[in-house]
Amino acid sequence: MTVSLDCEQVAKRLSQELPGSVVTVEKPAIVIRTERLREVAEFLRGNPDFEFNYLANLTAVDYLDYFEVVYHLVSLTHNYSLVLKVRCYDRVKPTVPSVVDIWRAADFQEREVYDLMGIVFDGHPNLKRLLLWEGFVGHPLRKDYL
Amino acid sequence: MEIEGHEPALSAWNIDVLEGKRIEELRVASQQPIADPDNWLGAELRRNILLTTVDYAVNWARSRSIFPLMFGLACCAFEMIATAASRFDIARFGMDIFRWSPRQADLMIVAGTITWKMAPAVKLIYEQMAEPKWVIAMGACAISGGTFRESYSVVPGLNRIVPVDVYVPGCPPRPEGLIHGIRLIHRKIMSESIGKR
Repeated sequence: MTVSLDCEQVAKRLSQELPGSVVTVEKPAIVIRTERLREVAEFLRGNPDFEFNYLANLTAVDYLDYFEVVYHLVSLTHNYSLVLKVRCYDRVKPTVPSVVDIWRAADFQEREVYDLMGIVFDGHPNLKRLLLWEGFVGHPLRKDYL
Repeated sequence: MEIEGHEPALSAWNIDVLEGKRIEELRVASQQPIADPDNWLGAELRRNILLTTVDYAVNWARSRSIFPLMFGLACCAFEMIATAASRFDIARFGMDIFRWSPRQADLMIVAGTITWKMAPAVKLIYEQMAEPKWVIAMGACAISGGTFRESYSVVPGLNRIVPVDVYVPGCPPRPEGLIHGIRLIHRKIMSESIGKR
């Protein structure tokens, strides 16, 4: 069974290694500063203590005040799991850095989030609609859709 | 013993004369051979000639051998598969094989939710089927969009994109329901005319 890492301790370690990257710790997840996401991702993937080499899931939640993008990470080497979140307060053009070059699995998942939530992933090689058709107006999983 | 003035009817002589007369009559009447009784030879043929209409014959052939098209879009497909498998066995209706190619199929059973992204493919496959062709909308979603009718991504009813012959309601309908729908298609085919379609 995969061991879920203690967020407090990982957040403490992240604050030591990459000062200022952690916004807060919500019990099962660590909220990361949006512009520092790629740094944190690269650290968690590359550091031999963690080696989070598998992105199990990438999704987004609309809290009306802000969007939250959620990353479910798994380390196949250590059998660890961890949840990262980033927040995005702009409703007109919410932008989050893409992690496609760090985890290939993010490709379609980011496209799906872009399609249904309208979050733009900066640096994505092929950011276009995945489930809906080209020319569809709006992003239907947003709370204010319809 | 002879009585005068009264010739006995059956004297020995008369019996001979009468016999000779019968023989002579038969001989004269039997100059030609009697034809062999051969009318039984045509009986087999008579049993195999039916008088009917072209419409009836064509419709009979069409309705007893419908080739359905594989078309599972959502959960209704499993009821369709159950209908085709051994327990419900639509081979009883001459529908042994589900065809993968629309060009070899007569009946499109649209089983499940149709999304707008899938809709062009459904329409294209319908258009690829050769005439004559029939369509069953199976389940609430294919009939009207079902639970997802108000959704941004679901077609609110198969009849928005292709003409439908029979609607089979249910969520999903049981195989018996689908078989009833197929029987209705048979009835519809029997009532058609090749003159007008």
